[in-house]
Amino acid sequence: MANKTILQAINEALDQSMEKDKSVVVYGEDVGYEGGVFRTTAGLQKKYGEERVFDTPIAEAAIVGSAVGMAINGMKPVVEMQFSGFSLPAYNQIVTHVARFRNRSRGKYHLPMVVRMPYGGGVKALEHHSESLETLYAHIPGLKLVIPSTPYDAKGLMIAAINDPDPVIFMEPKRIYRAFKQEVPDEIYEVPIGKAKVVKPGKDITIIAWGALVREVQKAVKMTDDIDAEIIDLRTISPIDQDTIVNSVKKTGRVLIVHEAVKSFGPAAELISIINEKAFVYLEAAPKRLTGFDVTIPLPKGENHFIITPEQIAYEIKQIMAFKA
Amino acid sequence: MLFDDFNPLKGEILKILDEKGKVVNDKLLPKIPKATLLKMYKTMVLGRVADEKALQFQRQGRMLTYAPNIGQEAAQVGPMAALKDEDWLVLAFREFNAMLYKGVTLEQAFLYWYGNEMGSHYDDNVKVLPINVPIGSQINHAAGIAYASKIQKKDEVAIVFIGDGGTSHGEFHEGVNFSATYDLPVIIVIQNNQYAISTPRHKVIKSKTLAQKAIAYDIPGIQVDGNDPLAMYVAVEAARERAVKGEGPTIIEAVTYRIGPHTTSDNPKLYREDSEVEEWKKKDPIIRFKQYLIDNKMWSDKEDEKLHKDHKKFVLDTFKGVENSGEVPLEDIFKYTYEKMTPNLEEQMEYYKNVSKKVGEQ
Repeated sequence: MANKTILQAINEALDQSMEKDKSVVVYGEDVGYEGGVFRTTAGLQKKYGEERVFDTPIAEAAIVGSAVGMAINGMKPVVEMQFSGFSLPAYNQIVTHVARFRNRSRGKYHLPMVVRMPYGGGVKALEHHSESLETLYAHIPGLKLVIPSTPYDAKGLMIAAINDPDPVIFMEPKRIYRAFKQEVPDEIYEVPIGKAKVVKPGKDITIIAWGALVREVQKAVKMTDDIDAEIIDLRTISPIDQDTIVNSVKKTGRVLIVHEAVKSFGPAAELISIINEKAFVYLEAAPKRLTGFDVTIPLPKGENHFIITPEQIAYEIKQIMAFKA
Repeated sequence: MLFDDFNPLKGEILKILDEKGKVVNDKLLPKIPKATLLKMYKTMVLGRVADEKALQFQRQGRMLTYAPNIGQEAAQVGPMAALKDEDWLVLAFREFNAMLYKGVTLEQAFLYWYGNEMGSHYDDNVKVLPINVPIGSQINHAAGIAYASKIQKKDEVAIVFIGDGGTSHGEFHEGVNFSATYDLPVIIVIQNNQYAISTPRHKVIKSKTLAQKAIAYDIPGIQVDGNDPLAMYVAVEAARERAVKGEGPTIIEAVTYRIGPHTTSDNPKLYREDSEVEEWKKKDPIIRFKQYLIDNKMWSDKEDEKLHKDHKKFVLDTFKGVENSGEVPLEDIFKYTYEKMTPNLEEQMEYYKNVSKKVGEQ
């Protein structure tokens, strides 16, 4: 057991999976020799050789399309999209093939593969380096979408994703890649996909978040310590863990959903629909979402308007608590 | 090496049988066992008969949209005969004859066009990927399969088919580049049937030949008479040899012609002259192959008559079975989305079961 960052935890998950299972291959742009632009795959090529860990052409469709073929022919590819904003050239492959091969072939073929992509804003990046595109992937039947918020979960979820018989989109909150350390077991372990985590139990209000926003919610909750908030880290966006959410809202009657993805048709819309369908009579206040605006995420000089702060979250918590029907 | 002798920039095209079935290149005539030659021929005739019947069924309202292969049988069967059982077939969508040769059953092939996913659930040992509708995207699947073959040291190759239209797609470039970069055992067969639906290839592709695109990737590219099954065999045999030696992919442009429509939803009379079609009908791959077999005492008109009759009956019987295959069970539209149905999917399926019962009782 040692303290590790999310980045180190993901690296360790890849390393240990490759060591254990010869069919795991890791590749993408700058992933091999350099170890990735964030160094998530550092050291792997040296350890496992250039055949299993390699640099590819700048060709996202080929990266994901070849992973389809590899998975069909006995491998477990873990490929990287350098930034989620650059996953779009591969979107055709992901939507028309990755998500569909099992159904299309009625189970003759299935694709045990992982598409990793750093995502999210707050890192003062160039255009196309800050998007939160959860909806694009969560909307597609046949895909799973996983987002860790802690080093422990990052390692366990990555190992679970690699072992999963179905394709997993693995979004990595790059803003907190190195933000903090946590004790992470040295051995191999899985965190189950499809299960949300109650980060902090509480009885007054349910707050749902994932990725980098979980920490912001935790900070906000500390600012409002007269309110007993329950924090849920969704962890898997698809398939969604309805039970954990619905049970929590039935208990608290109030809910705030926080995500950086833009508002309209975003994940919060889906969550609130589930809550309305399954916990409507338990609600004591209108469900609320605090999200990115429906704009292109601004370049660094305007990003401060867009990035959600703990203060903003704390304000919304108080508003919901003050709600009177 | 074969590929050095046919420069795609100079319009040099590999031919072995002429339109009358006479051998025009003795030196390259492949030594194919009689049983294989007959399997090739019989598959081509089955493909032809099945295509013609499918078009009829469609007109009778018994078949959905269908994409016939008439005229392109040799471009598909020649390559498959040159491969081994362990090799992979990665499809576009107009490779009916290649599928049949590789072990997809007629029933499965029809079932797909009849609107049932089970038509893509081929038997366990059949290394064929399902029909791939998004144009051009299958090249990368073949590249990945081949990478996996290479890393697992399996002595196998992936053959991938694409149309002339598909070569315009960005993924064609990505896939060929990827395959060439890692010297992957991939064989790319471009079925140049002259049209992308209604658009003639010269209107949308500047290159004189499609085979010449290989030059940019530093791999061999060759134009082959796609209506000549023996020429297609020879080209793919040589490409396979390169592939298993670790020398990388090859592009083979099969110059052929789509005698029929793009699909049954298309009317080719709107965009091409009957005279052009008639000219290409004279180059029919089945006519020349049959003559070659007869000239070499491997086949007779009498056997041919019987083969057509038998195939016709087989096609009719098979299609009747397909027509009686019924609707897809409700569970099936849910249960192949993931290995295990998610709680969400279970809930949606149960909802529909209950509600459809109640709606029915109204």
